[in-house]
Order: sequence, then C-alpha cells, then structure tokens
Amino acid sequence: MLHRTALANGLRVLLVPDPATPVVGVAVHVDVGFRSEPEGRTGFAHLFEHLMFQGSESLEKLAHFRHVQGSGGVFNGSTHQDYTDYFEVLPAAALERALFLEADRLRAPTLSQENLANQIDVVKEEIRLNVLNRPYGGFPWILLPPVLYDTFPNAHNGYGDFSELEQASLDDAAAFFDTYYAPGNAQVTVAGFIDLDETLALVEKHFGDIPARPTPTRPSFFEPVPGVERRQAVPDAHAPLPALAMGFRLPDPATDLDGYLAHMLLASVLGDGEAARLQRRLVHADGLVTDISAAAGLMGSLDARDPDTFTVTAVHPAAVDPDRVIGAVDEELEKLAAQGPSADELSRQVARWSAGAHQENDRVMYRMLGLGARELLYGRAEITDELPGRLAAVTPDAVSAAAASLRGAGRGVLLVEPGKGEDA
Amino acid sequence: MTTATHRSAEEIGRTPTGARPLPDLGVTREVPLPDVTDTTLPNGLRVLVARRASVPMVELRLRVPFADPAPGGGHPAIAELLSETLLTGTATRDRVAVDDDLAAVGADLGASVDPERLLVHGSGLADGLPVILDVLADLLTGATHPDHEVARERERLVERIAVARAQPRTIAREALQRVRFGTHPITAEMPTASDVTAVTSEQVRATHAASLVPRGSTLTLVGDVDPAAATAAVEQALGSWTSSATALELAAPPYPAAGDLVLVHRPGSVQSQLRLSGPAVPREDPAYAALQLANLVFGGYFSSRWMENIREDKGYTYGAHSGSEFIPGGAVLGVDTDVASDVTAAALLETRYELGRLSAVPPTAAEIDAARSYAVGSLLISLDNQGGLASTIAGLAAVGLDLDWLREHPARLHAVTADDVAEAALRFFAPSGFSGVVVGDADVIGRGVRALGGIA
Repeated sequence: MLHRTALANGLRVLLVPDPATPVVGVAVHVDVGFRSEPEGRTGFAHLFEHLMFQGSESLEKLAHFRHVQGSGGVFNGSTHQDYTDYFEVLPAAALERALFLEADRLRAPTLSQENLANQIDVVKEEIRLNVLNRPYGGFPWILLPPVLYDTFPNAHNGYGDFSELEQASLDDAAAFFDTYYAPGNAQVTVAGFIDLDETLALVEKHFGDIPARPTPTRPSFFEPVPGVERRQAVPDAHAPLPALAMGFRLPDPATDLDGYLAHMLLASVLGDGEAARLQRRLVHADGLVTDISAAAGLMGSLDARDPDTFTVTAVHPAAVDPDRVIGAVDEELEKLAAQGPSADELSRQVARWSAGAHQENDRVMYRMLGLGARELLYGRAEITDELPGRLAAVTPDAVSAAAASLRGAGRGVLLVEPGKGEDA
Repeated sequence: MTTATHRSAEEIGRTPTGARPLPDLGVTREVPLPDVTDTTLPNGLRVLVARRASVPMVELRLRVPFADPAPGGGHPAIAELLSETLLTGTATRDRVAVDDDLAAVGADLGASVDPERLLVHGSGLADGLPVILDVLADLLTGATHPDHEVARERERLVERIAVARAQPRTIAREALQRVRFGTHPITAEMPTASDVTAVTSEQVRATHAASLVPRGSTLTLVGDVDPAAATAAVEQALGSWTSSATALELAAPPYPAAGDLVLVHRPGSVQSQLRLSGPAVPREDPAYAALQLANLVFGGYFSSRWMENIREDKGYTYGAHSGSEFIPGGAVLGVDTDVASDVTAAALLETRYELGRLSAVPPTAAEIDAARSYAVGSLLISLDNQGGLASTIAGLAAVGLDLDWLREHPARLHAVTADDVAEAALRFFAPSGFSGVVVGDADVIGRGVRALGGIA
C-alpha cells in the first residue's frame, strides 16, 4: 500500500510499509537532472550530487558516510536525465537517524571550495574509469544523444567535459541548490518496516522546518522528432570491435503511457532472450553481430520525462558492414510492423516483465527507488504495481504500431570505430 | 549560473537553530533466517531448499565443481563452450524452445563457468518450478551441443574475449592471477582465442558426459515453495541425471608469496590499476571475524581509512576497495583501486602508508564499533531478498558451511576484541606481506612508481 502526503513547505512524502522486512529505506528524489544544467556547465548536476555528500550544518565532512555505515546501512546517489536521487537502506532501528541525515543536507549543506575542488577530482576519476580508459565508454548514453537531438538539454554529455567541470564555482553550487533543491521541488520516500503515523511524525520533525522556497518552473525539453536519419561516427582507441547504436524517439509516458508500454514490449520482443527476433536473426541466422540488445529508455524504462530514447545497440565484427546490421534490424521492424508478434510471443515477454517486477519488489532498495522515481516523474508511483497488468493488456497490434512508428520516423545512428593503428 | 538571486554558499550552510544532535538508534529487529532442508538424492546430488515467500518467485543455483581434470588439455576453452552451448539444444528442444518454455513461466536460466565450478543460475515464477526443473533436467541429461551451435558460439566467444581483454580490469585481473598463482589452473579464467578455435563439438559433448555430473554438485532453491514438495519435485525431475563419476573440486593453489609489484604496460592508458594481494583466512578460521573488521577499517567500505585518504582527502580515485576472495583451501586479500596516471605514484605511496599505518597504529574502538555495526547490518540487508539468500546458501555450502554459520556470525563479530583486530591488522595488512601488479602506461607512470621501490 502506498501513502502520500505533503508537508507545509511543499515537500512531498511517499510511505511504503512492508511488515515482512527488518530493513528500512529512505530516499530523497530532487526534481532536477542533467538536462537542467546550464550551458557551459556540463556535468554540474552530477557534480552537485557529489557535493551533497560532503557535510551539512550538523555533520562534518565524512560524517554522513560514517553514520549510515556505522548504523549498519548502505547508501548511494545517482543523477539521471530529469531527477537526482539520494538514498540509504539500513536496519529498521536506524529509521530516525536516516531521516535526520537526509533532512540536514536538504536544509543546509556545507558547500566549500575545498570540497568542490576535491569532488571535481573524484568526478574526473569516475569519468576516466567509466568512459575514457575503457572500450565503449559512454556507449550509448553519452555518445548517442548528440546524434538524435539538437537542443543542449537533450544532446549534451551529462557526465560533463573536464574543462567545464574545472570551471564550476562555489557560487554556481549555491545558485543550483537555492534554485532546484527547494523542499517543494523534492520528495522523500520511506519504505520497509515502518509504522505509518510514527514515520510521518518523524518526517515532519526533521524536514518540517526547512523553509519553503520558490519552486522552479519546469521547462519543457520537447524538440521535434527528426524527419531523417542522422549518422555520426566516433573513434574509440580502446575498442577491439566496431559497435553501433540506433536511437529512436519514444512516446511521452505522461500522455501516452500505453504507447510507451508497447515500446517496452517491442524492445523485449526484439532483444530479450534467445527467442527474441534480433537474437535469432542477427546473432544466429545471419551471424552479423556478436551481441545485440534493445531497450526503451536511455537510462531505463519509465525513468525520464519526454523526450526519451528507444535504443538498439550491437557489437559486430569488423568484416561486417554496419549497413548490413542496420538493414537487418529494419527488416525485423518491418516484419513486426506488417504483422505483430504472436499472442504467445507477447505473453511470454509479459511473464518475464512480471517476474522482473516481483524481483524488484523483493528488495527494499529497488522498490523504494522505482516507486520514488515514478512518483516524482509522473505523479503516480502506482504505475509500478500496475505495470504487469497494463503490460498484459498491450495487444499485438499495439506492438506492431510501435514498430511501424520507429520505421516511419527519423533516427540517430552512431557508429563506434575501433582506433586505427593503435595498440588497444 | 541562474539569473535569480540566491543565497551565498555560506548562508546556505547555516540556520538559526544551528547544529542538531544525531538521533539514537532504535531497537534492532531480528527476523530469523529460514530453515534449510538438506537432502542428498540417490544420484548424489545435494538439494538445499529454503522457503522465503516474500514474492511469488523461486531462485535456483546449481553448482557443479568443474576443475580441469588434465591441465594442458584445453579444458578451460572446452568448458567455456560447454557453458555457452548448454542451453542451445536437446533431443526435444532447440535454442528457441528452451527460451520459450522458460519465458512462459517468467523464468530465465543462464550458465557460467570458472576454474572452480560450472553454475546454472536463474529464477522464475514459483508456480512454474515444475517447468523450470523439466527444462533443467533436459539440459543436464539431454543437451546435444549441436555442431552448428558450437561453431557459432566459438566465433562469438573469440569476439567476446577480444572485447573483454581490452578492458583494463581484465588486463589487471589476469596479470594479478599470474603473479599470485603462477601457472596453477585457478588462473585459467579466460581461454585464449586459439584454444577456443581448436575446440570441437565432440570434445564439448565428451566433457559434458564426464564432468557435468550430479555427485558432488549442489542445487539450491529459495522462494515461495514448500521445501518438502520442492525437494520431491527435484528428485522426480533430476533423478535420471546419473553418473558414476564425482564432480571434480579444484585443488588448492599455493598461497601467494610476498614480492615486488609487477608493472604491466598498457599504452594509451589515462588511468592505472593498482592490485595488491596477500594471504587471508577462510570463514571457518578463528581469525576470520577479526580480519573482517580490520579489513573494513582499512578499505572494506566507504568509511575506511584508505578510501577517506585517497578519495575524500586527495581526490586520487573514484573508488578504492579491499576484501577477501575465497579460493580452494583458503582465502586471499585484495587491495584494488584505479587512479589517474599522473597520481599513480602518489596513490601507491598512500596505499603503502595506510597498510603500514593499519599494522602499526591499530584501529580504535570507534573504528571497530562502526565496522562491526556495518558488518552485522549489511549482512541483514544482503539476506533480505530471495536472490541474496540463495547465493549465500549456495556459497556457504560450497565450502561445507550452512546458515548456522551466518546465524552465529553476529555473535562472533561481537566477541572480537580490539587486541584481536590489532593482531589481524599486523598479520594481514603489513605492507611487507603483499605482492601484486600496477597496470598503466609505463611511459607515463614508470619513472615515478619505480622511484618508490618495490617494483619489479
């Protein structure tokens, strides 16, 4: 059961009791992601996420980590297109402590020059680790958007350019916090072994005196769907094999959830499991690719507002022309557009989604983060629990229409080319 | 960066109320771990089942000891192809039918192999357990490893190995295993492309018949199932999986000797991998709990001396982690971080400093208490889902332990004294006890790290 309310300062509250677990989770979702960072400050939303772990009025540097872990808990944070989350999962005895820790930094984080410089270095190491020093770094989440999108919010690198990270100032951080981290722009989710009344009182006790501030007007990131295919090639000195990504636009989940869900099932029919269309055709029948996958949503399904991206990604041998891969994907989309999946084919994918939903619900951390994100993005955490039923109601014709819409619109195609002559 | 007026950083960090006190912890809630039924079937297969009805799913782990019976004969490459083609065909199902039958009950199965064991792992809707077991039995007793599937997977495996060996973490792991264990079969984690190319489908089928056997293997099920009924279902489904052979356990490798770090050149690297390693002890050793706490204080979690130094103070790394890795007959300690090329020497210096400091300046009572709370609490969290519980039961069973070891572990952690931790710190973390590798662009980092000494 989900319980929602809001404090007088505008902070939204979502409570999700589960009497069967000895664990409790607390998450704060803030309604700002890397799409909202300003031009000239790529990577700032993520850098700011790091700064929020660097202390607050009641907690010196390192105290947050020490109190969470010293209470037996685990923590993390992450920055997405449209939101940033902060969370911990702990033994239920630490509920009030967790609420205190989250409230203290949402009220009065310590933003210091020393911590800023330190975390710029840490973030650069994160980018070296995940992008610069390895093959296929940032593929496709950093590399594909600039091919498909035109506007800065949708196209730019959310990890950020080193030169822009290095220019980030303390005043940038203060402005970002005051603008976007207002209580009315945030939501706290508490899940696990909790008593509703007691928990609500504790949330009020710790978050209630954060003064209300103006909430920023959320901009639309809409841009038109491209009418043609756009193509771009990028070199990758570490990659031993070529790779490619095809990016298409998804329906807006806020206004056309069923259309979006049809695309989620289309991705499964194409890529999920050995019986999936692209596996059978490209991996096994034609031997064109080493591996191939399809996904609705650049950073996960139902994880962003409009616009978001449907992706097909593949790694293939150098001897295979990428146009053969793309042509085979197009043929499979056309087959599905002409004649949708069979009812059995679709119901098997729905069964896998249902099983996946059960597994997500079995872990307090995943359940809390999934509910919290959908509540923040769409105002309806219930989507999570309704998903198996709504997916089961998607018809073969709807999946067929999703395939047709991908074939009928423009798209971005990214080609990753192994570095020539370099010893990778 | 915004046009609106805003408070300064200093104003944001202060409120009229001032700093507030940290709330106390409430009462810890105990949720008992479930009983595990433990049955050995007539074919020798051990079956462990636990009921955890949190969601209507069941988790499955089949562990088959899968050591190389004749090192030098190509077993690692054959085992990889066996694993890759295990789900690609039987007398009654082809690759697509295997996947279709599993998907119909929301199930996934996968196979993986390493120098110790072959693992079939997966999950599905609990009421689909009969289907999952039927497919599993078909794979174990009837997988045909069809010629065309072996041929295609051979090609893909060569491509995937090329991709994996371009990853710095793989380069570092392979180099570390050679430094630690020489040519012992435990180092054969990934075959060479030429070994893969030489494998025939006859070899794959022969190895399946000889080595993928029930005696010595363990099947673990955790989920919304009745243990007695699930065990009976397993016996019915897998009773015809038989062999006179016993699955082969990997022999214990020699413990790594202390020695100079080996510098491995990776041209064009912008980061370096530091991988240090020394001896540790397994879970059943009396020193294990003290080692666990000493390790947490050193680098086993975020609030550790090493992480706070090289990340939160100096910004040399995104992550630094130390921990035990269990091997046949024991355990080894690993100390791992990735750092920018231009701070590699500095990070190595700080790493050796923190190792030395842990052995010379023992953890304080506050450090030990925090580590103890984390060890107990994170264990509770990791077991609070079917998948985590299944993997834990299977992992313990592989070394002859059961959930009683876990039930008793918080008491063991609470019994550890500061002197015990100091002894473990001196025994396991003294910098003189380590060997390892540094992987990076030697043209950039070589002069600096060699100047520190202890680099081969």
